[in-house]
Amino acid sequence: MLRLDGLSVTEGDFSLTADLALNAGERVAVIGPSGAGKSTLLDVIAGFRAPQAGRVSWRGQDMTTTVPGKRPVAMLFQDNNLFPHLSVARNLGLALQPGGGAITAVNSQRVTDALARVGLDGLGARRPGALSGGQQSRAALARALVQDRPVMLLDEPFAALGPALKSEMLDLVAEVADSLGALVMLVTHDPADARRFAQRVVLVSDGVAAAPVPTSDLFADPPAALRAYLGQVTRPG
Amino acid sequence: MARSAVAVIAGLLVAGLTLGPVAAVIWRGAAWSALASGDWLAIRFTLVQAVMSAFLSVLCAVPVARALARRRFAGRGLLVALLGAPFILPVIVAVLGLLAVFGQSGLVNTGLRSLGLPSVTIYGLHGVVIAHVFFNLPLAVRMILQGWLAIPAERFRLAASLGLPAGQMFRVLEGPMLLRIAPGAFAVIFVICLSSFAIALTLGGGPRATTVELAIYQAMRFDFDLARASMLAVIQLGLALVAGVFALRVSSGAGFGAGRDRVVMRWDGGGAARVGDALCIGLVAAFLLTPLVMVVLRGFPGLANLGPSVWQAAGHSLLVALGSTVLCLLWALPLATRSGELVGLAGIAVSPLVLGTGLFLILRPFVNPLDYALVVTGVVNALVSLPFALRIMRPEAEAVRADYARLGAALGLSGWAWLRWVLVPRLRRPLGFAGGLTAALSMGDLGVIALFADPDHATLPLMVYGLMGAYRMEAASGAALLLLALSLGLFWLFDRGGRVDAET
Repeated sequence: MLRLDGLSVTEGDFSLTADLALNAGERVAVIGPSGAGKSTLLDVIAGFRAPQAGRVSWRGQDMTTTVPGKRPVAMLFQDNNLFPHLSVARNLGLALQPGGGAITAVNSQRVTDALARVGLDGLGARRPGALSGGQQSRAALARALVQDRPVMLLDEPFAALGPALKSEMLDLVAEVADSLGALVMLVTHDPADARRFAQRVVLVSDGVAAAPVPTSDLFADPPAALRAYLGQVTRPG
Repeated sequence: MARSAVAVIAGLLVAGLTLGPVAAVIWRGAAWSALASGDWLAIRFTLVQAVMSAFLSVLCAVPVARALARRRFAGRGLLVALLGAPFILPVIVAVLGLLAVFGQSGLVNTGLRSLGLPSVTIYGLHGVVIAHVFFNLPLAVRMILQGWLAIPAERFRLAASLGLPAGQMFRVLEGPMLLRIAPGAFAVIFVICLSSFAIALTLGGGPRATTVELAIYQAMRFDFDLARASMLAVIQLGLALVAGVFALRVSSGAGFGAGRDRVVMRWDGGGAARVGDALCIGLVAAFLLTPLVMVVLRGFPGLANLGPSVWQAAGHSLLVALGSTVLCLLWALPLATRSGELVGLAGIAVSPLVLGTGLFLILRPFVNPLDYALVVTGVVNALVSLPFALRIMRPEAEAVRADYARLGAALGLSGWAWLRWVLVPRLRRPLGFAGGLTAALSMGDLGVIALFADPDHATLPLMVYGLMGAYRMEAASGAALLLLALSLGLFWLFDRGGRVDAET
């Protein structure tokens, strides 16, 4: 279980608090207006930002001060998920052997298998620039697959893809996460993504990351903040 | 963090290697004896030649930059690129070229004599100034050209539609720009000429044409008066610091800029202006190119019978150049940050001769400094090149960090893996360019080595100087051509190494 206890991040006018718990293996969407702090929330969990107060723990282990690479977390960023000057195989290999060096036969096999799983069979020798946008997303996902961490954080990595491609990728993420048994947190602007992908939703607005609510409940009776975000006018009376 | 620890160590090393020698000369020079009259002359000459060189460079650069800014012609790109060449041209090679043009038996005097006119001499103040203008006019042109090209094309279009005459155009658009850029260019060149050593060594000398740097060398080599050398080093340090602060104030950080190769569409300047521009460009091209052509022409005959000592010196120079390039790049990689660049600037504030004097003082109690001539030269050259390397590499290094530091951290990359798989491959181009500049600068350096070297440890530039002093001009010309080829060759190799198959 991923727990955020009394978490608080402030920077100038911006502030975010969170007090919530997420279950291992579940799929959670993080939605809310831009600037509310969705990415900040993920950064704190991934270790790119230190909270002013509170703690982050996984399965009871405090990891608030752990460096990003040592956390049980794999992250897909909005962009720059792959080093453009390295082959896809080397990109994945670095995730397995962050100390560098020649990739071992075992790891090389894992890379090949992961690429096959995401439909990039035989494309390991290519540089990211020689792949299409969708293929690059798949390669980044393959990297998360070989990392095999129990938490996957997705900070709108598919925002640049078209709707059909994005849905396809979300299904693939769900498939990969299920096979790993990983908790997935997906930041998205699009309520349709949340409906399609997530069992529960964390709404981030007005400086608070709310406790997760089942997706169907949330959209059946949206709170005022979500209604405002979705552009639904509150009916008087 | 291991990465920042490496940066701190590199920074401390650079700071120690600059501040240590400075402390040594201050400590040794603190026994302030009264300045001899020769020292006052040296200070005065240093200032006079620096003011004249900077003023003439900027003055001549203005019409040339204007011509380059508003004309298109075949070879313009080549000429603009060539304006960057003096930066990597060994001073001693340029001096030989200038001698071939302005020397006793040079082109100019041959021409004057055939017309029955008195000949001119290149030695002394005007020789030093001519050589400085040769090196710094291109720099001034590049800086001012940037200023010109930074004036938005729309302004010229507006001025043209208003029908402004040339005088008004100058008052409204170009005058203000020049007032902004020219003082900076003047200040930068003034600072460069202030610590001129090799040019003063070869074309100056004597009580009337000795710079402070040259006086340090003479005190060390001829009088072996370390106290006086130290005192002069302190004076040089003071001059350079005052001038450096002044230059930083005045210059708008234009640096040694990249000279954007763009022509602004202009609707003025037909007729006489066109002839004037052509004349400017022709004159400056002749001034810059003739000496180089002469070096090549005069060098070929001597190239065939270069003695073994020349080849040995060439070997030393290659070793020094490669060593200081490796050292400089090793420093530059961790220091390619904002604070690192500030540390690196120390190398430019302190002149090579001051550094050399200080290192000599530090080494002397323990070893014979002359045995370490090549090592000291390599280290000083690396220090002196570091600011340029950092200026080239820092923007790219910061971009790499901005784009990929998070990904690297998310993967938990070790410091080594980050260097091997991310930073170095991403920085190949600037690394190659910076390495080429460092190698060429170091290859052509005639500074510290003159202070330290005995004949067993001569580098190629020192060998050329020695041959010139012995009036063996054919051998000197041959060795100079070899030096030119090696300097340009090293630059080309490194720069190209960074480009070929660049993994972007």
